[in-house]
Amino acid sequence: MKSHKVRQLTAASIAVLVAGLSLAGCSSGPTSAGSSGASGNTITLWTHNAGNPAELAADQKIVTAFNASQSKYKVNVQAFPQASYNQSVVAAAAAGKLPCVLDIDGPTVPDWAWAKYLAPLDLGSSIANQLPSTVGKWNNKVYAVGYYDVALAMFARKSVLKDADIRIPTVTNPWTGTEFNAALAALKKTGKWAAPLDLGTSGTGEWWTYAYSPMLQSFGGDLINRTDYQSADGALNGPAAVNWATWMRGLVTQGIIAQKSGADANADLINNKTAIEYSGSWAAAPLSKALGSDLAVIPAVNFGAGPKIGGGSWEWGMTNSCGNKAAATAYLKFSLQPQYQTGVAVAAGTIPADQSPASLKLDPSYAPGGTNEIFAQMSSKFAELRPPTPAYPFISTTFTTAAQNILAGADPKSTLDQAVQSINANIKTNNGYK
Amino acid sequence: MLLSQTTRAATGAPLPPRRRRRIILSGSRGESLTGLGMAAPALILLALFILVPAILAFVLAFTNAQLISPNPIQFTGLTNFIQLFHDPVFYRSLLNTLYFAAVVVPVQAGAALVMAVLVNTKTRGTSFFRTIYFLPVVTSMVVVSMLWLFMYQQHGLINQVIHQLSFGLVTGPDWLNNPATSMPAIILMSVWQGVGFHMIIWLSGLQTIAPDLYEAASLDGVTSWQRFRYVTWPGLRNTRALVLVTITIQALSLFTQVSVMTQGGPLYSTTTMVYEAVQTGYQQQQTSYASAISLVFFALVLIVAAVQRFLTREKA
Amino acid sequence: MATTTTTSARAQSTAVGKRPRAPRHFLATVAKTVLALVFVLPIIFMFISSLKPDSQIFADLGSLKAFLPVGHISFANYTDVFSRVPILQFLMNSVGISAVTVILGLLVNSLAAFALSRMRIRGKRIILTLIIATLIVPFETLALPLVWWVNQLPWLQINGFDLTFTHGWLDTYRVQIIPFIANAFSVYLFHQYFDSIPKELDEAARMDGAGWFTIYRKILMPLSGPAIATVAILTFLPAWNSYLWPIMVIQSENLRPVMVGVEYFYQLNVAWGQIMAYTSMITLPILVLFIAFQRSFVNSIASTGVKG
Repeated sequence: MKSHKVRQLTAASIAVLVAGLSLAGCSSGPTSAGSSGASGNTITLWTHNAGNPAELAADQKIVTAFNASQSKYKVNVQAFPQASYNQSVVAAAAAGKLPCVLDIDGPTVPDWAWAKYLAPLDLGSSIANQLPSTVGKWNNKVYAVGYYDVALAMFARKSVLKDADIRIPTVTNPWTGTEFNAALAALKKTGKWAAPLDLGTSGTGEWWTYAYSPMLQSFGGDLINRTDYQSADGALNGPAAVNWATWMRGLVTQGIIAQKSGADANADLINNKTAIEYSGSWAAAPLSKALGSDLAVIPAVNFGAGPKIGGGSWEWGMTNSCGNKAAATAYLKFSLQPQYQTGVAVAAGTIPADQSPASLKLDPSYAPGGTNEIFAQMSSKFAELRPPTPAYPFISTTFTTAAQNILAGADPKSTLDQAVQSINANIKTNNGYK
Repeated sequence: MLLSQTTRAATGAPLPPRRRRRIILSGSRGESLTGLGMAAPALILLALFILVPAILAFVLAFTNAQLISPNPIQFTGLTNFIQLFHDPVFYRSLLNTLYFAAVVVPVQAGAALVMAVLVNTKTRGTSFFRTIYFLPVVTSMVVVSMLWLFMYQQHGLINQVIHQLSFGLVTGPDWLNNPATSMPAIILMSVWQGVGFHMIIWLSGLQTIAPDLYEAASLDGVTSWQRFRYVTWPGLRNTRALVLVTITIQALSLFTQVSVMTQGGPLYSTTTMVYEAVQTGYQQQQTSYASAISLVFFALVLIVAAVQRFLTREKA
Repeated sequence: MATTTTTSARAQSTAVGKRPRAPRHFLATVAKTVLALVFVLPIIFMFISSLKPDSQIFADLGSLKAFLPVGHISFANYTDVFSRVPILQFLMNSVGISAVTVILGLLVNSLAAFALSRMRIRGKRIILTLIIATLIVPFETLALPLVWWVNQLPWLQINGFDLTFTHGWLDTYRVQIIPFIANAFSVYLFHQYFDSIPKELDEAARMDGAGWFTIYRKILMPLSGPAIATVAILTFLPAWNSYLWPIMVIQSENLRPVMVGVEYFYQLNVAWGQIMAYTSMITLPILVLFIAFQRSFVNSIASTGVKG
């Protein structure tokens, strides 16, 4: 009786253990074996735009037009809220349930390409006119393409700058670091603002790397050595990076920025609770509506290594597991026609990726002489891609934590050293992400 | 845990003498099978949806599995644990977890008990107050966290209230951005959200204390403190165990509040073990490392539960 | 049960009655009122803010106005919410998912508790310990292995008389229900409660030849109203509030539950007024439910606790 029980128990636990092991063996391997996302000539498309009705409607419009333009293929749209979009995709990938077509945040493209979530694209001349920052490449292959880009910029009232005797900079003649610091000191001295500069430090997630790594790069540092993407040593913890970190922390200690900014940066600028807002091209429309011609758009500051902004926004790709790659490619090519892709850019209030005259006619504000031309200029002149390496998601979260700690008062050098150490360790664990 | 105590209480009847047992053996075997059959749905579901993934997490902790990777998974032995025990953030998260639990368990249990005593009367409006105190419990933790995130802002509601109540003398801190106040702020909010539930559990204990004990005590003319100390408190012995275990498990698993309000910051002051496991597992894609953290976490909870059981048992 | 409650309540008031009454009573009332404010004001703040434009929410923070419906009061945030999120669909999903989880949870957990409380089962102490041990595992740490696992599980599809096996549970209602039916805490509460019901009742029934299932259904369950209500609430709340899990397993918008909808408002500029309106709307049903059943809710939880 007793030994019978024991045997049963052992058998059961071995069975469970084997199940566990085999699960472990499969759980995060590439899912390219099976096919998903397509049922015959009907394919599924995922987008992160559930919370953005205008852009979702523009995407939907392309799909409707595509479905109507031919009778062979059909595309179905599924929209997700942005905040948890990556988690939804990763969970689906683990289960082998990716769609055929999906949009991806630009810097994530190499990671998903490396993991074989994405298949390389052959779009030929359809992408000839795209801004370089909107084409997601890895290992010299194109994996994704975006309909638009966005540009970081600062916003202020012309009148406020004039009162404080501060020069309004231009794309050809941006502020230098010294000029910027002097301007901030002058604004602080007036005593009108608790914190004159709003750097958007209450933002979460990817915003931190997107917004502050360009400043790091302008100081002469970077997130990783871009020669072979194998180590961050020297780039993220060299003297330039330490200068950047010390400067950021200094903004907090001098009371120029809040360690955590207000909940609504646009409202704070409009209500004159801050003097300068660091944000992106997407803030231009609401701000110019409220401030009119008093609104000054301030291009990125040159801290020494040239003015920098982050390049690459949401891009479209095709999955490796897609069961009907012909349909997916046909759809992507169709969507890259100016009236469609630029339609999305217009709906989203972003810079059209397609810089052809036909496209710019659809949104003249980004054409030469237009009110938003400055953003298109910055995008083509200052944009630096976030490091196109599969290590990026790890680098980004590590950088975010380090930057947050530095703003909260951690020692810049040792914090950056620690970040470098964990990034390098992670690259090693993943066999160099090759 | 308190479990075997209660089981013992449940099966408190002395074991039947051997002889009788042998006679009804066949019947009891049938009973055993029927019983297992009735318990089977719950057991199977728990095995499927907790045991299997837990074993998987256990196995993954000894591999190099990544959330997103084309590379095959390899067993790496104790590598993750060695890395873990050299990671200062891990020690910080361990410390924060224990800190949170060490404050929340007595504070929430104590506040709940005070509230339970307050509303354990038959006066008018009592059920009104019970309802009010229970409101935050039925409100989602995500919603509550967002609400308090809003109220904890530098110029938010809480600091405005402090400012007004002190006639402008005291300016509240930037609660969630100061390493010294971030954890206390989360503690306060967590207690606010959860205390109503434990008030109700205490209340149940209070209502089971035999009335004649109170009558005897009042005949002896004891003070209300003495009455509490010698009648109420001993009468709550079993309730104490339940309150202790539920708050402890809930406190050690602190995650949602941190995830919504501080993301572990500032300066790791609110990074907890579960948060660190989720952060490394999802955001940083280090599945195996996160599993190692989870394993250490399970061990911690088991140790704490064992210690608690030992302590409550000694006093009993 | 009812008798115990009343006698003990009476005893309480007698006990209190022997003490000097007025100042103590007054102090207690003041304390209770202050506490009530602390608990209710943040929730009032949520409802009131949902009626105001963002700029006014911030402007009102500095005064009592934050809790009062004054200024630009409108339902604009609510209409915005309706145009942004299919909230009715989400509400219906959550009601359905929560209700089914509660009903099946009551059945499955009470059956297990009944067996473990009333019947002689080999190794039942170990079984109970193992069940309780599952409480230490926080769901967050299991979510990802579980996603993979549920996608391997089979399902029997029934179309009329046509039975087919499918595999994979992702993007369904069942994946939001079945993993959450069995719950250690529910088993524990039922077990506690059953133990407090005198065994003479079912022993008498046994003598009359009643089977175990009859005893469960006809004797114990009808006496267990409070335990049923408690487990129902404790199953309902997490089901209603589930958040991480549906993000990972649900792809179709028409299957999403209410909490996921909160994420919709983090895109574009964070619209606080809309968030307040949305959270008010998803909190309101539970609050109404709770207030309606207040008496039985609170009393039932109270009587399920551990008996001294």
